[in-house]
Amino acid sequence: MNVSFAAQLNSVLAALILLTAFGLLAQRRIYGLLHIFALQGFFLSVSTAVVGYSAGLHHLYISALLTLTLKVIVLPYILYVLIHRLRIHKEVEEVVNIPTTMLIGIALVIYSYHLTAPIRELSDFITRSTLAVALATVMLGLLMMIIRKKAVTQIIGFLALENGLFFAATSATYGMPLVVELGVALDILIAAFIFGIFFFQIRTTFDTLDLKAMEKLKEEE
Amino acid sequence: MLTQSPLELAIAAILILLATAAIAPVLSRRQNLLISFSFITSAVASLIAVFAGYAAVTGGGVESLVLPIGLPDLPFYLRFDPLSGFFVTIVALLGFMVSIYSIGYVKAFVGHRSVTRLVVFYCLFMAGMLLVLLSDDAYFFMVSWELMAVSSYFLVCFEDDQAQNRRAAFLYLLIAHIGAVLILLSFGLMAGFAKGFENFSGYTFSAMRDSHIPEGWAAVAFFMAFFGFAAKAGVVPLHAWLPEAHPVAPSNVSALMSGVMLKTAVYGIIRVGFDLLHSSDWRWGGVVLIFGLVSAVMGILYALLQNDLKRLLAYSSVENIGIILVCVGLAMIFKSFGMGLLASLALMAGLYHCLNHAMFKGLLFMGAGAVLHATHERNMEGMGGLVHKLKWTAPLFLVGCLSISGLPPFNGFVSEWLTFQSFLLSPALPSPLLNLLIPLGAALVALTGALAARCFIKVYGVTFLGHWRGEHDTVVHEAPWPMRIGMLLAAASCLALGIFPTFVIGWLDIIPETLLAAKISTSASASGWLWLTPVAAERASYSAPIIFIGILVIFATVYLVFHSRTTSVRRAPLWDCGFGKITNRMQYNSTSFSMPTRRIYGFLFNIKETVKYGSNQYLPMLNNRILYHLRVRDRLWQMCYQPFSDASFWLARRVGKLQHGRIQIYLLYSFLTLIVLLVFS
Amino acid sequence: MTKDIYPILIESLQVVTVLVASPLLVGWIRVLKCWSQGRSSAGVFQPFRDISKLFIKETVLAENASWIFRATPYIVFGATVMAGAIIPVISVDLPLSATADIIALVALFAIARFFLALAGMDIGTAFGGMGSSREMMVSSLAEPAMLMSIFTVSLVNSSTSLSQMALVLTSNPIVLRPSLAFALLAFVLIALAENGRIPVDNPATHLELTMIHEAMILEYSGRHLALLEWANMMKLFLFAAIGIACFFPWGIALKDNIGMLPAAFILLAFKLALIGVFIVVAETVLAKMRIFRVPEFLGSAFLFATLGMLSYFILE
Repeated sequence: MNVSFAAQLNSVLAALILLTAFGLLAQRRIYGLLHIFALQGFFLSVSTAVVGYSAGLHHLYISALLTLTLKVIVLPYILYVLIHRLRIHKEVEEVVNIPTTMLIGIALVIYSYHLTAPIRELSDFITRSTLAVALATVMLGLLMMIIRKKAVTQIIGFLALENGLFFAATSATYGMPLVVELGVALDILIAAFIFGIFFFQIRTTFDTLDLKAMEKLKEEE
Repeated sequence: MLTQSPLELAIAAILILLATAAIAPVLSRRQNLLISFSFITSAVASLIAVFAGYAAVTGGGVESLVLPIGLPDLPFYLRFDPLSGFFVTIVALLGFMVSIYSIGYVKAFVGHRSVTRLVVFYCLFMAGMLLVLLSDDAYFFMVSWELMAVSSYFLVCFEDDQAQNRRAAFLYLLIAHIGAVLILLSFGLMAGFAKGFENFSGYTFSAMRDSHIPEGWAAVAFFMAFFGFAAKAGVVPLHAWLPEAHPVAPSNVSALMSGVMLKTAVYGIIRVGFDLLHSSDWRWGGVVLIFGLVSAVMGILYALLQNDLKRLLAYSSVENIGIILVCVGLAMIFKSFGMGLLASLALMAGLYHCLNHAMFKGLLFMGAGAVLHATHERNMEGMGGLVHKLKWTAPLFLVGCLSISGLPPFNGFVSEWLTFQSFLLSPALPSPLLNLLIPLGAALVALTGALAARCFIKVYGVTFLGHWRGEHDTVVHEAPWPMRIGMLLAAASCLALGIFPTFVIGWLDIIPETLLAAKISTSASASGWLWLTPVAAERASYSAPIIFIGILVIFATVYLVFHSRTTSVRRAPLWDCGFGKITNRMQYNSTSFSMPTRRIYGFLFNIKETVKYGSNQYLPMLNNRILYHLRVRDRLWQMCYQPFSDASFWLARRVGKLQHGRIQIYLLYSFLTLIVLLVFS
Repeated sequence: MTKDIYPILIESLQVVTVLVASPLLVGWIRVLKCWSQGRSSAGVFQPFRDISKLFIKETVLAENASWIFRATPYIVFGATVMAGAIIPVISVDLPLSATADIIALVALFAIARFFLALAGMDIGTAFGGMGSSREMMVSSLAEPAMLMSIFTVSLVNSSTSLSQMALVLTSNPIVLRPSLAFALLAFVLIALAENGRIPVDNPATHLELTMIHEAMILEYSGRHLALLEWANMMKLFLFAAIGIACFFPWGIALKDNIGMLPAAFILLAFKLALIGVFIVVAETVLAKMRIFRVPEFLGSAFLFATLGMLSYFILE
């Protein structure tokens, strides 16, 4: 596998990650969201491995493995169990309709491309072109958190955002130091548990996981 | 005749038109004679102007003249260059066809109302449009612009016995004048920076051309001119007058207004943007492009929701002006990055579309006039099945529909194709952001094209096809010969412009050459006249003649093969699914055809749909009467116009309090004013 | 002498291929479908029998059908055969291929659709109008996506001429391009919609409220119907051919290379067989969607095409 092929493969993977980010925005069913999320994690881990191979940085293999176990297996499993236990309504509700969301998404991709243009000029990594995709993934994750109503989908949006950050780190600087990555991974895992506990609490308090119910928490005038 | 120079010919044409306008009142007793005489002379004048315009473009030179009339120190400057020549050709060509058409069309008014006014203002209107294109100083330009605007105002309110018509005409006059003020201010700004501002010679276009305006002021001047002309061209959101004025004007006038008057505004934008102001920023082009795209998409969506045939055509003019502006905007963007060849390709697409739109929209409005003439109906819901009765109008109108929908081998497709080609070349721009954004514009243009096809299938299908949808059977009669000839000429030119684009482009190429110093004809017809290859043959090519002949040959072959056989053709009643008689109310009509559009793009409009069930008293299970009511309103009207109109009414009521009707009070006002003035002097 | 005859020869070979192979492709799809559903099939030649039967049968015209209704089958057939003479199917060295680039080809199909929709309106039944209205809705939504897809492909090949695209792709080393993959995805969705396949329209149904294409041609019979059916089969074949030329042209005969023709034929048959398998799998797996879900379906096609365009600039 030569370097140019690795670069091509990496850009294909970047395109797939972007596609899954849009898929998360468009998907209506909550289990479908989980599958797309797992797929995104898988692409991310393969991409990390490819970058690690082509740049000769072997600690990226560990990151890739970590991503694979955590984001493709463990987190989706936890969320699956959560959704199952909580008996969450399967249709995802969104605030903005899907075509508009897609158009906003396209605008965000163009904007991130515009933003990363100066960095692209400076960098000479083979991964420099994927930085825009990484930034776009972050923004799309944030967009997903904004437009969705249910708490679980917001978690998935948050995790997608984290995927984007991870991808950005890989493409801009060939990954963060291993210690940081391990720390982040642990954080995510713990966050998922805490979210789970919160969900149970929210549901026992409000009898729903719809975040609209939280609007009651403001002070009455 | 050919010894005269193009400018002299054009002036002769204008003089004939003005003379006709002057003579017309004399003949007002003999209405039929008046119509034949004046429209024949205006057709002759138009023909002369066509030759003049053609010669001016072919010759490629610049000819100017100073007429020592007008105000002291402000003579009229005239100038005839290829750009003016091209637009004169458009105006005069459609003017020629419409004048012939009018001989038949206007006769329908005889006996109902006097047509003297129509004839006089028709001639003045034509002359005004030609003068706008010839004028070479701001003062003369504005005089001609007003002549055009005011005479068209009188034409719009020709049938002034209906309040709706007067209202439409007033709205038209109002928006036209807001535009005119902006144009005037823009000219003032440019003149202010020109040499010789003190002794009035700064008002000439040549002085403006030579002046150097600072970047910021140039932008202000450009945008004032752009929005001023946009008001005339009907660019969204300044389009509100267009769907009101075009339907109420007589159809020959709507053909001219929509087909060519809007083009004078495009001419103005090109003249100011490419000729008078040199500096250009890509953002100017970007703004023009965005306004063009919005007009194109909104125009065609509005058109789709209309049931009034002429109103629909008016909205479709908004769309086409949008497409022309898209091309102009692209050309400005390419120009600002110094890409002359691509800029001239985009400009060529825009100019070609100007010519095409004049032809097919003129044809469609003339066809709408013929339908109106035949059925006395403008609402498409009350028409249908006219294809059996109007043996001439129906196929000619179909040609118009095919052309405007951008289908080969007709002319609309050529300009659409050129537009797409210039879009497809946008990746050559050095700006990464534009590279990503401009393709989205191309997608919108594609959407517009597809919606236009949908819209004109609706127009044709509902108006001409199916069964008669009206309540009563009316006697439908075909249009008289002059009207047929007018439409026939327009239809023939639609086909000719579609099949021989290389000749037209070769003829027009002088315009981008003078404005942008780049020509495309060397590459566009590099592989012979049969092939249109805008950049290079490997890049893209299109051969309209071969497609036309190919389809004809296959059509003929298949037809002949099957007609050598002896399988029979039998006429039978419609298949009614075994339910008994099919009534004409069961067919799709205009409202039902556009239902998917309302559903998908409904959020852009203010739509109110109510369904009432008038239930049967004895059998509540059977709803024997269902009333459906639909109201579609322009959301932009409420956003952009309503506040202004409310504010001005409020202000008017306040000011109205000054009015009492007592003469003493009025005298007191005058007296007080006098005293105040004396104090301050 | 052979030099002069060669263009005519290859052009006629092409047209004959299109005319003959398109019913075969449809027959193949039907056979596969029968197998997948456990039925016994009528064989790949059944479409030929259907068409020839229709040609012999009497033509029944509605009483108020106008000349538009009668001319439409010929125009549709003419435009489709014309498109078939332009799209490079077996060789890039096609004399007529310069007649129209892909944008003009789309417009050629648009002529056919325009007249079909008019014919649907002509007889004045509710079905005809419904079919026309829906067909135009689908096509107006497909158009922006189609253009975007074309845009992406033309970015890669810097041409909109199909022969040129095939030539550029075959003569350069194979590169993994996410942009082309996205464009292909978009193109597949558009092609399914344009050809009235599941999930947008069901070509086999005459169920009243779900018809689109069939509703427009409901009143046709005899030789008119035969021409329309044949044209429709050709359209499916030609969309497949466009897809092959844009995305998988490898194996197509190159300029002045008669020796490649047999191999080109075999490869073409192989690719078409695969496309047939794909269509059958897709139609078995998917259900026909509600008509107002089609905007979302085509919206996703537009999204894919746009992502293709973006990823060309961002990633390549």
